[in-house]
Amino acid sequence: MTAEAGAHATLRAVTRTYPGARPVHALGPIDLDLMRGEFFSVVGPSGCGKSTLLDVLAGLSEPTSGEITFEGKPVRGVPDGIGVVFQEDASFPWLSVRDNVAFGLRRMGTDPAEITRRVDYAIGFMGLKDFAHSYPAQLSGGMRQRVCIARTLVLQPRLILLDEPFGALDQQTRLLMGDELLRLWRETSATVLLITHALDEAAMLSDRVGVMSARPGVFIDLVQTNWPRDRDSRIVAEAEFGAVTGRLWGSLRAESMKAIGRAG
Amino acid sequence: MTRLFDSLAIVAGILLLWTGVFEYAGDSAITGPLQTFRFAANLLGRADFWQHAQATLSAFGYALAISAVAGIALGLILGLHRFSGDVAEPMLASLYTIPKVTLYPLMLLVFGLGVSAKVAFGVIHGMIPVILFTLSAVKNIPQVLLRTAKALHLTPMQTATHLLAPAVLPEIISGLRIGFALTFLGVLIGEMFASQRGLGFLIINGINSHDVKRTTAVILIVITASVAANGALLALDRRAHH
Ligand SMILES: Nc1ncnc2c1ncn2[C@@H]1O[C@H](COP(=O)(O)OP(=O)(O)O)[C@@H](O)[C@H]1O
Ligand SMILES: [Mg+2]
Repeated sequence: MTAEAGAHATLRAVTRTYPGARPVHALGPIDLDLMRGEFFSVVGPSGCGKSTLLDVLAGLSEPTSGEITFEGKPVRGVPDGIGVVFQEDASFPWLSVRDNVAFGLRRMGTDPAEITRRVDYAIGFMGLKDFAHSYPAQLSGGMRQRVCIARTLVLQPRLILLDEPFGALDQQTRLLMGDELLRLWRETSATVLLITHALDEAAMLSDRVGVMSARPGVFIDLVQTNWPRDRDSRIVAEAEFGAVTGRLWGSLRAESMKAIGRAG
Repeated sequence: MTRLFDSLAIVAGILLLWTGVFEYAGDSAITGPLQTFRFAANLLGRADFWQHAQATLSAFGYALAISAVAGIALGLILGLHRFSGDVAEPMLASLYTIPKVTLYPLMLLVFGLGVSAKVAFGVIHGMIPVILFTLSAVKNIPQVLLRTAKALHLTPMQTATHLLAPAVLPEIISGLRIGFALTFLGVLIGEMFASQRGLGFLIINGINSHDVKRTTAVILIVITASVAANGALLALDRRAHH
């Protein structure tokens, strides 16, 4: 059950090659329509171009070829309405959790009362209330990633891009963070694109999962899940869940072996 | 509590070592702790001592200002301009390791005796670490912070003041702390070689005229002052590093 029909963001024949003495063809060609309000995950072997995909979609770097649109307009630079959570820890060590979360709004010159309202909400939502006055160095990696998610959340993005946000967490914590992500997705009605290397995470959270090949990353499979919108991590117990992860692994196995072969 | 204990242990260790050296070398080289404290207290009450201290402090002030301002400016320029930074960093590092004493005769010829030579000695010791710390701070800003700046639509000015500046500040403070100590060292050396005034001059003059009491007392005062200053800067440094 998707919220509204229609493409929120589109990628047409998008490629990205990193220039240099030995140019690296990292991505594409990629064709994809992200539907408004859907939860879309990308899985693929490491180094296949997932972060590169996020970069060009967010407007942080230009594709080498192809066209990207967001809400019907071509992407040039980071459009208003797109929020990004990076793979690396991007919290500001010199600011408290609260100031980290308020950072973007303050720079935009938002009304202080409005800032307080949104920051309180985001801090509560991400379970950071007890840490509002702590500094990132006093927090675990997972908590810092929550700070970064909250910092993006307060900007009320309509498309949220997350790059392996729970990569460093243990399995149980990841499942619970997954639930929070689902809650966030439901409450904000945003479109979510999640990059992950965990098949179970992709299978449990997503409306659709795109499986990428080894570099240069192209989509080799798109898997539709048909979960209800009010799902949570308990669906890992269902037979249908096993079928989805099984199909993902079926598509990914050969590609992962290629990636390992390249590394070895 | 443990900090206090550590400090006390260090002071006790120094006093023990001092007494040991005193017992070994005798009072033609150094005076004992008690006698030195008494003479140092006496010195601190004398106007001519304060004139020398004043001379050292003002030369140090100029040298530190130059080391800090020029060091940070050069460090920022070299760090932001990646290519020149990559070229300059190893050169500065090796410049930093050459024994600067070999430059003294040359510097005396250039600056003559007096304040400018002292200041120059201070600057050649103190500026390079400030440049190096600033340069590496700028070069090592995590890429993801710059990407965050873009994702949050910061203007270039906002990126500079709200992101780059606080990101590099802790390293710059570390550089200044080391630059502070080395600038002071440089000024004292300058006074020993190239001046008739200042605490460095008092020390070398005391040695030349076999005034052991005065030499030891001045050394004690200088060490105490620089340890106190360094302690204060270290506390600041720790706070900046979160
Ligand atoms: N700035 C860059 N310059 C050159 N090559 C890069 C750069 N960034 C990434 N790559 C290469 O592009 C490929 C895809 O990288 P990335 O998108 O980070 O993969 P993933 O996120 O799937 O692990 C990798 O082989 C990586 O080494
Ligand atoms: Mg990646």
